[in-house]
Amino acid sequence: MPFRLLKFALSKEHPEPRMFQSRDRLKSSYDAVIIGGGGHGLAAAYYLSRDYDMSNIAVIEKGYIGSGNTGRNTTIIRSNYLTPEGVKFYDESVRLWQDLSQDFDLNLFYSTRGHFTLAHTDSALRTMRWRAEVNKHFGIDSEVVSPDDIQSACPPMNLACGGHAPVLGALYHAPGSIARHDAVAWGYGRGADQRGVEIHQQTEVLGITVQSGRVTGVDTNRGHVSTPKVLCAVAGFTPRILDMVGLRSPLYIHPLQALVSEPMKPWLDPIIVSGSLHVYVSQTARGELVMGASLDPYELHSTRSTFDFAEGLAAHMLELFPFLSHVKIVRQWAGLADMTPDFAPIMGKTPIEGFYLDSGWGTWGFKATPVAGKTMAHTVACDRNHDLIQEFSLSRFKDYQLVGEKGAASVGH
Amino acid sequence: MKLITCPINGTRPVSEFVYGGELRLISDPQALDDQTWAEQVFYRNGAPGIKKEWWCHVPSNTWFIAERNTATDETLNTYLYGEEDSR
Repeated sequence: MPFRLLKFALSKEHPEPRMFQSRDRLKSSYDAVIIGGGGHGLAAAYYLSRDYDMSNIAVIEKGYIGSGNTGRNTTIIRSNYLTPEGVKFYDESVRLWQDLSQDFDLNLFYSTRGHFTLAHTDSALRTMRWRAEVNKHFGIDSEVVSPDDIQSACPPMNLACGGHAPVLGALYHAPGSIARHDAVAWGYGRGADQRGVEIHQQTEVLGITVQSGRVTGVDTNRGHVSTPKVLCAVAGFTPRILDMVGLRSPLYIHPLQALVSEPMKPWLDPIIVSGSLHVYVSQTARGELVMGASLDPYELHSTRSTFDFAEGLAAHMLELFPFLSHVKIVRQWAGLADMTPDFAPIMGKTPIEGFYLDSGWGTWGFKATPVAGKTMAHTVACDRNHDLIQEFSLSRFKDYQLVGEKGAASVGH
Repeated sequence: MKLITCPINGTRPVSEFVYGGELRLISDPQALDDQTWAEQVFYRNGAPGIKKEWWCHVPSNTWFIAERNTATDETLNTYLYGEEDSR
């Protein structure tokens, strides 16, 4: 076996094809440049090349593809949001997710589990009822369920939560799912690559050239490229890119941490979320528990982990699942969440012609990957905001037309 | 960052403090038109750098200003609001 491995390493011809080609150099011009090789940027490249016949595109990524929030989230997919704008948008995303493995011919381990959002107070239960009614109005499978229903779906859960925050009910969303997140970036990347899109990793954007209000090119650490269209899909790095073109936005960056436990036998089928206890948890196909909580409490542009976070999350987990007290945590990490004041994304055209934004993805970006790619592809190709993202434009703040999406993750009610 | 120096109580663990957001000087809302007001309320430069921020030492309810590098999480200076120049 080591001999075969050595032979493989030394061979110039690799029998197993790479997911995408690596290019030696950037061309001098492209029809569009996408900054950010995460799920969103690669999805936009994929739909631009597949549906709009644009393939002279470069995706520029500072690290490696999927190294940002695409590979750092807790992989939950759902559409039971609160506002009509949000519900329609995320529902389209869930529909796209369900066909994605076939689309890519790549197993995303898309697994429909059912999603419980627990209510520990009367006011939380009231919000659940509100969300359920908005969801049902738009034809989404969503309902308020009793503690008995929760207990039968998840027998090991301690619904009394130590007595001080008993579970009073939950919002149940049957289509709630999880998926293997880095495969999403690879699937979109491979699909885009096959259609002629160039993916350039380890290529950092140093500046964006704008002449009389129009984008003309991008400066990178590997040289200048000229392009009439730039899509910025860089999540937590958005303020730095906006600074290059002189735009201001309401975005503020907080780290969002997560951790996984050691693998266990399967015992947790549904996805469990509690806004009051600030936990969300699901069990992967490998048996690890993937857990997240709320945002770090202050602005920071760093993906460091803190002990405070692990300690706080563990305390809340033990209230729901006391039997986990001997389970070990094996990995902890953070991503940079680009938060907006109304918990909805900032997408579409900007005051600079040819500069498009796909940002404000805070704690809700992974589930939106397919629909964000699709709507941004339309927006970039036609230079017109897609109908589903009209309400998410940057100008909504100065027009006082905020969205108010309180159905977002890690948001208290 | 695990410790912050409160100008009144000295160096304490970060868990004793809450963050109050960036120090932003807001003009009189009555004197501004709607567009400028929206600019002041919502828009900011969110890029990392050294920022002046409000922090509160919770046990003593002391609000003060911290100058912090938001890329490296280092607190460079702390002082009570308005007392920066008298140091």
